[in-house]
Amino acid sequence: MTMEDNKQGLLGRMDRRNMLKGLATVPFLGAFAIGWWRKRRKDHYLQHSLLKELGMDASAPYIPPSPSSDKTIRLGIIGYGGRGAHLVRGAGFADPELIQAWKEAALIDSDDKRYEDFLAQEDLNVELNGVCDVYDIRAERGLLASGNVAREGTDAGVTPKARRYRTYQELLEADDIDAVIIATPDHWHAQMTIDAAMAGKHVYVEKGMTRTLEETYPMVDAVKESGICFQLGHQGRQTESYLKAREAVEKGLLGNINLIEVCTNRNTPNGAWQYEIDEEAGPHNIDWKQFSGPYSDHPFSLERYFRWRCWWDYGTGLSGDLFTHEYDAINQILDLGIPYSAVSSGGIYHFKDGREVPDVWQVTCEYPARDLTLLYSASLASSRNRGKVLMGHDGHMELGNSLTVWPDRDSTRYAKMIEKGIIDPEKPLFNYIPGKKNVDAVSSATEAYFAGRGLLYTYRGGRRVDTTHLHIKEWLDCIRSGQQPSCNIDQGFQEAITAQMAIISYRENRKVYWDPDRQIII
Amino acid sequence: MKYSKWQFTALLLLRVLIGWHFLYEGLVKLINPDWSSIGYLLDSKWILSGFFHSLAASPGLLNVVDFLNVWGLILVGLGLVLGVFTRISTVGGMVLLGFYYLSHPPLLNLEYVLPSEGSYLIVNKTLIEMFGLWVLYLFPTGRIMGIDRIIFGTGKSNKQ
Repeated sequence: MTMEDNKQGLLGRMDRRNMLKGLATVPFLGAFAIGWWRKRRKDHYLQHSLLKELGMDASAPYIPPSPSSDKTIRLGIIGYGGRGAHLVRGAGFADPELIQAWKEAALIDSDDKRYEDFLAQEDLNVELNGVCDVYDIRAERGLLASGNVAREGTDAGVTPKARRYRTYQELLEADDIDAVIIATPDHWHAQMTIDAAMAGKHVYVEKGMTRTLEETYPMVDAVKESGICFQLGHQGRQTESYLKAREAVEKGLLGNINLIEVCTNRNTPNGAWQYEIDEEAGPHNIDWKQFSGPYSDHPFSLERYFRWRCWWDYGTGLSGDLFTHEYDAINQILDLGIPYSAVSSGGIYHFKDGREVPDVWQVTCEYPARDLTLLYSASLASSRNRGKVLMGHDGHMELGNSLTVWPDRDSTRYAKMIEKGIIDPEKPLFNYIPGKKNVDAVSSATEAYFAGRGLLYTYRGGRRVDTTHLHIKEWLDCIRSGQQPSCNIDQGFQEAITAQMAIISYRENRKVYWDPDRQIII
Repeated sequence: MKYSKWQFTALLLLRVLIGWHFLYEGLVKLINPDWSSIGYLLDSKWILSGFFHSLAASPGLLNVVDFLNVWGLILVGLGLVLGVFTRISTVGGMVLLGFYYLSHPPLLNLEYVLPSEGSYLIVNKTLIEMFGLWVLYLFPTGRIMGIDRIIFGTGKSNKQ
């Protein structure tokens, strides 16, 4: 290359040749700019046309502001087992030993935010004044939690604040308790709720709402007649994506929904209710008689006490424990109500440990008035999860922590848009990731991928919010305001009847129907 | 540095192509108000994953990382396409690509949430692009064809 060169740069001689060589690659930038502009214009057009057609935006669903929490609510806990402890934590009280373990875990692994998140959890202005558990060790843990107002570990010398009650009836008589959280096994839910309602105590009760059909009716009557504030423990009501899913369905994004598939997949002993049996536990520190109540005359059994979900005397199997969560999520979105009919089947195919309830189980609920079928299937011995899918003529929705709507290639509604290239049947039509602002049919598949695995928004702002805490909070807010919580007794009744239809169908090996006039299962 | 016509053309095109890629990656992130490196950082594996996770864990630090990443990509892209501050752009690009590679090395036994669009074992396109930049660093073209020629001159005598 021989040329008149500009050896000294700006200081040197600047001739036309040097200028041209210096700027020779600028046309590439021009080409880039044209490509960029055209792509942006096309994306904008597609996005705009699509959003206009869908009528959806990416804003978070409206959640009404909380009323003032000036009034302290005084709580009692009945059943301080694993779930009971979680609920009490949702209200703000944790066992110091657990906090200590979380603190130490956070020191080892800085990604472990459980302690930090719990410290950041909103103060709900509650007191924990009563603890009732038939197992001494758990009751004592609950008592310690009640005094742990500052959320400290074992080094802080936390002392109990609440009083221990040997029976729940005594707890319900206490003057310094306004509301109770019931987290006992299912067989006690109905009677305890009835007694609490009669004592004028507000109730948060875990799901499944009832163990038998018969006890469901007096429970509902007691709650309604007493006017207490009742919340059933389906914390999925607080999941933002479900609220957004409802909006998407109402806007008709899916067309006629005709099949809904929901599932449970677990593959661990713990997931299959083979919970740890405490070595210290025995007849000396478990009030077996009170645990069994009038519901079972089986002699003392540690296995039955700790793994009660495996027996019909105490639990409701997959139906009450896990199907109800899935059902309630769908009921929240579609207002399905009680099905016209239910047929269920299954068996004990993997955990042959003496249990009575099936570990592989499915139920089909028909809603002819809604032209749809709800299909639930569960395995406690395979972790192949299939998610929640709502299938319609125009599209289908995959629902989890995030929400994705896919167009159907044979949709009627989208046919013209598919033809024009505005909609690509291979790409999501709409994506909603809680906490994110964008609706992006093109580039957010990756984001959805992360969010579905709980990776994306868990750390943004450095804080996670626990749905159980939100569900307890909603209940407390409603006690103060007099409003109805999202999973009130009417929703609970639908959940309970649906679960009972599925159980009866399985246990009696027949298809069952709901008679809405007589309000009975036939 | 003395190149044949074809050698020079190949080097120049390589520079422009890599620059184009950087520029587009940067602009796409810039115009998406919700873009963040958090998912990518959290998905990091291998010995430096602790470092990348800690960047994601702090919202303040994450903002800085996002800002540097987006503007780093854009400036490196412009630098390479236009041949302006070419050497520093080349080094900057290598540093960025080095971070991307080290946060997600395609090693045996490492699985990522974010699926990759091809099949890689130890070597991936990020690594290749990084070595491409090294070649450009060793065989510079900015002072022959690029704004660097106007700013700094060719840095060589009039007769080659």
